[in-house]
Amino acid sequence: MNLSSSSKSPGSIGNAHEAAHRDPAVVIFGFWVFMMSDLIFFGVVFAIYITMVGATAGGPGPKELFDFGSLFAQTMLLLTSSLTVGIATVTMRHERSRASFLFWVVITLLLGIGFLTLELYDFSEMASKGGVPSRSGYLSAFFGLVPLHGLHVTFGCLWMLVLIAQVFTMGMGQVVKLRFLRLALFWHFLDLIWIGIFSIVYFGGWVYG
Amino acid sequence: MSATEHGWLGKLSWESLVFSNFLESPSINEAVASAAGSLVILASIAILGLLTWYRLWGPLWRDWLTSTDHKKIGIMYIVFAIVMLVRGLLEGMVMRAQQAAAPDGFLHADHFAQLFSTHGTIMVFFVAVPFLVGLINFAMPLQIGARDVAFPVLNQISLAVTVSSGILLMVSLVVGQFSTGGWSAYPPYTGGDFSPGVGPDYWIWAIVFSGAGTTLTGINFTVTVYKCRGPGMHLFRMPLFCWTVLCASILMIFAMPPLSVAALMLGLDRYLDFHFFTNDLGGNMMNYANLFWLFGHPEVYLLVLPAYGIFSEVFSTYSAKTLYGYKSLVIATMCIAILSFTVWLHHFFTMGQSPTINIAFGIATMLIAVPTGVKVYDWMATMYRGRIRFTTPMVYAIGFLILFVIGGLSGVILANPTVDFQVHNTLFLVAHFHNVLIPGVLFGILAGYNYWFPKAFGFRLNDKLGRLSAYLWFAGFMLTFFPLYVAGLLGMPRRSFTYADLTFKPYMIVAFIGAMVVLAALITLVVQFLVSIRDRHKTRVPVGDPWDGRSLEWASPAPVPAYNFVELPTVTDRDEFSEAKEHGRAYQRPKNYRDIELPKNNPLGFILCVTSGILMFALVWYIWWLALISALAILIAVIASTFRKETEYIIPASQLEKDTEAWLALVEKSEAVSRDLEDSPRNVGYSKLEL
Ligand code: HEM
Ligand SMILES: [Cu+2]
Repeated sequence: MNLSSSSKSPGSIGNAHEAAHRDPAVVIFGFWVFMMSDLIFFGVVFAIYITMVGATAGGPGPKELFDFGSLFAQTMLLLTSSLTVGIATVTMRHERSRASFLFWVVITLLLGIGFLTLELYDFSEMASKGGVPSRSGYLSAFFGLVPLHGLHVTFGCLWMLVLIAQVFTMGMGQVVKLRFLRLALFWHFLDLIWIGIFSIVYFGGWVYG
Repeated sequence: MSATEHGWLGKLSWESLVFSNFLESPSINEAVASAAGSLVILASIAILGLLTWYRLWGPLWRDWLTSTDHKKIGIMYIVFAIVMLVRGLLEGMVMRAQQAAAPDGFLHADHFAQLFSTHGTIMVFFVAVPFLVGLINFAMPLQIGARDVAFPVLNQISLAVTVSSGILLMVSLVVGQFSTGGWSAYPPYTGGDFSPGVGPDYWIWAIVFSGAGTTLTGINFTVTVYKCRGPGMHLFRMPLFCWTVLCASILMIFAMPPLSVAALMLGLDRYLDFHFFTNDLGGNMMNYANLFWLFGHPEVYLLVLPAYGIFSEVFSTYSAKTLYGYKSLVIATMCIAILSFTVWLHHFFTMGQSPTINIAFGIATMLIAVPTGVKVYDWMATMYRGRIRFTTPMVYAIGFLILFVIGGLSGVILANPTVDFQVHNTLFLVAHFHNVLIPGVLFGILAGYNYWFPKAFGFRLNDKLGRLSAYLWFAGFMLTFFPLYVAGLLGMPRRSFTYADLTFKPYMIVAFIGAMVVLAALITLVVQFLVSIRDRHKTRVPVGDPWDGRSLEWASPAPVPAYNFVELPTVTDRDEFSEAKEHGRAYQRPKNYRDIELPKNNPLGFILCVTSGILMFALVWYIWWLALISALAILIAVIASTFRKETEYIIPASQLEKDTEAWLALVEKSEAVSRDLEDSPRNVGYSKLEL
């Protein structure tokens, strides 16, 4: 029931340095709650997208715009990056060398940047075929949702850069480790969202649009 | 409307200033607008001047603006909410004056529309929410026996963006025009085609930023209640207020995102020519209505649940009885929280769904009356055979019980789609929602303010003036809003700046008189505050328990020290502090004193308040370079703050020992007073054991 005190014996209640907000369990739980809220955010935008499939107003639709070759590559990049961020977590947990940890983080970062590059390339291809958000409700919904995920990935990349800097300036202490654990959770979460985007936005849009 | 059409000041120009219109074409309408603008400017100058004169900048910065203490953050939330409350109420009165004076009123249609839009927006987002969040911040961690909320700096950030959005609304009085689209800002009217000005942009950014703050607050409170409860404080030992806070926080987490999405999409439509809600090219405004009310209905429960919590504490304390039906109240709270997500469609029964869908949502709406009824009976049973004291909070609570039930019943009437087809968009609806918001939320807030004030500042508020204010509120509310039920049934539309049918006039005049009584209530509140400060030496309650309180927030001295508890209390029961007093466990010397670690002051909140305010202003006025700079500043400030290493400071055991021994000595020599004497100068916050 009461997790904040379960880690301490009843005798040591009110002991020194028991500032609750540094308890890892609290920090991680807080991040889960945040992701829950973010999930609702995405969920609502997904719902809007679903209602707007077909509202192309005579403009280009999924069949004209989507490039599944590039999408397959993006999916592979993102899925692999989930794997590498997992490996980084494991190296951190097992207190492997800082170099191997950083190696996996940098690989993840590169994969993320690769994903974003391809995504931007896709958007520019779509734009060249007239697929811009001002063209129709459908395209507005598309560009409301997919770049939202892209922004999250961008934010994750920035976070990774900051953490790499902090590994050097602050060392691999508990603070940095906890931050990395949350980043890893966030990264997996974005992967899941991407699977939703792939199946609903791209595949579903292609089938029903 | 593209970005390049404007100069380096964006859309901003001399004509944007409210005074320029007055100078060009003087009229009463412009005079009212200019007066409001001047008031904002003069008040700001006065505040800055006074702070400088009394050399308060240093203390303000050290003790408040950079503080991470949940109690101080709570108090800052409340101060902010009170400022906004005054503006919102004044706007309500100006509107009542206009409708009483109609058909020959003194305001233009556009100005009236701005008034109801800002009034609604302010009352919901910048009065009710921040006031409650402030009270929760102050009381909840104390009630669950915690040192602080789970994320103190995040708490600061939530406050920062809420305040900067409020300031943005104040700025809109001086520069440019606010939206005329109501608090719900329905497109396509608020889209770029029909509202090309900056008004809806003011609304959008204020909503997006304050909404983000509220979401973060919800996360913070949820984690605090789940993870930071003191030893022995099982969920089912929490005071009921904490349960309502938990449910309201969960509502914040789930209900705020749809609003943020709706506002951001409206922004995309306006700024980047998207077509989410436009009339043309496949846009669909019904999506907006659904998103907005998917937030909007849970929002009203988000507001009223914590108010229920406050009333529960008040009923039990001033009846000197444990809360009747605690478990049923908890379950009812949860039922309401869940049901609140299943009824949003009752806000647009008339907008084209099939009757089957309308009926389903109508029934779901009526169902909410069941758990609410359970609560009302529980509160009455709590009072039954209690030794009731008619203090200010209790007067508010009893007024709530009677008036809120009336408002709830008019809600059940509106939940019937066939009835709603007749009275939607009339003053009947306006009467209904004020009838739940004022007796429910506002009275709850004011009860909480009177109840916890001595805990926060160490002296009691004047009870006589408090009760006078409460009675004036009742009278004012009834006079203002009961006539609106009738005017609504007669068919008077809401949001009308004038009318031709003079049948409405008498009701509008009574309502105006009522609004003046509300003004008297507001003034009495201010007088109560000033008189209480003057008399503070006679009403000090340093021992900390002026009302024979039952929960843990009363177990510490008043004002509460930064660390809350020297030794976190071990909870063994519901109504823990009552139990402790009864069994002689209260006011005990800790076995030993140990250092306490607390979060250090942090300037991040203040920096974000300033930068986010500038960012919003730049976005509203299309000043892109400034928007870019302030957005970068926000990013850099946040990243830089994560590089801070020393984020905690230590309060040494010796200090704790000194404080506590002084307090215990005070307890020793103080007279324990019985509950009947709680309003006399003899009440120093040490209550006598009476069973
Ligand atoms: C007792 C003082 C108050 C007065 C005199 C007052 C007056 C008014 C008036 C005249 C309107 C416009 C009605 C119309 O559409 O014709 C209005 C709307 C509204 N009021 Fe109040 N009000 C008061 C308190 C409050 C409070 C305490 C709240 C919320 C906590 C509130 C929330 C609203 C909302 C949400 C609207 C709808 C705005 C819109 O149409 O978009 N009011 N009020
Ligand atoms: Cu509703």
